Amino acid sequence: MKIYLAKHKQYVWLSCYLIATVASFFLGFNPGKEAFSNFTKLFIEMITFIPFLFIIVGLFDVWFPKEKIEKHIGQESGVKGIFLVVILAMLQAGPLYGAFPVAYILYKKGASIKNLFIYLGAFSSLKIPMLGIEIGYLGINFTLVRTLVSLPLFIAVGYFMEWYLKNRNFKVNQI
Amino acid sequence: MINNAFIFISVSIVLTFLSFLFDKNRTILGLKKGLKMFKGIAIPFLNILILVSLALYFIPQSLIIDYLGAGSGFLGLTIAAIVGSVTLIPGFISYPIAAVLIQQGASYTTVATFMTTLMMVGVITFPLEAKYFGKRVAAIRNIINFMAAVVIGILVGLIL
Repeated sequence: MKIYLAKHKQYVWLSCYLIATVASFFLGFNPGKEAFSNFTKLFIEMITFIPFLFIIVGLFDVWFPKEKIEKHIGQESGVKGIFLVVILAMLQAGPLYGAFPVAYILYKKGASIKNLFIYLGAFSSLKIPMLGIEIGYLGINFTLVRTLVSLPLFIAVGYFMEWYLKNRNFKVNQI
Repeated sequence: MINNAFIFISVSIVLTFLSFLFDKNRTILGLKKGLKMFKGIAIPFLNILILVSLALYFIPQSLIIDYLGAGSGFLGLTIAAIVGSVTLIPGFISYPIAAVLIQQGASYTTVATFMTTLMMVGVITFPLEAKYFGKRVAAIRNIINFMAAVVIGILVGLIL
């Protein structure tokens, strides 16, 4: 029973909500009804674009495999190196802590300190699936402005970290 | 909203069609991958929509305008930056929250700051990060990114 519950933990909350909503409608409990009408709006907003976004992301994944770019990353310097790490970061998905193992791989392959931190910055906020969701929810203007403002700042952070860590035995550990 | 759906649906249809012309099997693989990713987020996403719909009912709009709106100034910025840094909300889940905040009168500056600190600064994941980079470097990265996030928020607010 305990294992069963743990496995389906994510459904527990959903089912409680459904039961509470059905009960609200039967008993004429207004807060429940109002929350449900909010939920319907949010749900329609989500279901009309998120599944299609993931179709686009899935196709991106098979046509632009990130492994191919990872192969090319190494000691490239200058604009080409920055460009490559940013593109690699954009093709990823998942939370920031998922980027640290990739940072280790980049470090092993000889990427510069600067590019490593640019990668982390770009990973945190320029991933393609995230940009798609951002466009859907906050609009193309917000997304474009935020992206274009963020990118130079990430690059600046990369330069700063490289300048600061240059003679301090910086290394990335494998865990 | 309808516009949005229209754009995403037409782009996905056109891309699927093009991809299919070039490589049938690869397209099917891509669609499967996309579907798998969607399945992975569907339930957590529904759960967060429930939470947002309840919060919308319980939190009065005036509260959001006062603390996160255009007139909230330094206080709003600080709240957004700190909440964004200490919480660990997956990115895809934070967008519906951000959209609702804007509809309810939060300013672009506070929302952009919140989103950026959420993505770039991780207080909860600090121990993990420290294992990779060492404590000092992880701390510096978080502090620098915190400052960058505030600058990004202010600039986005100024431009929009």
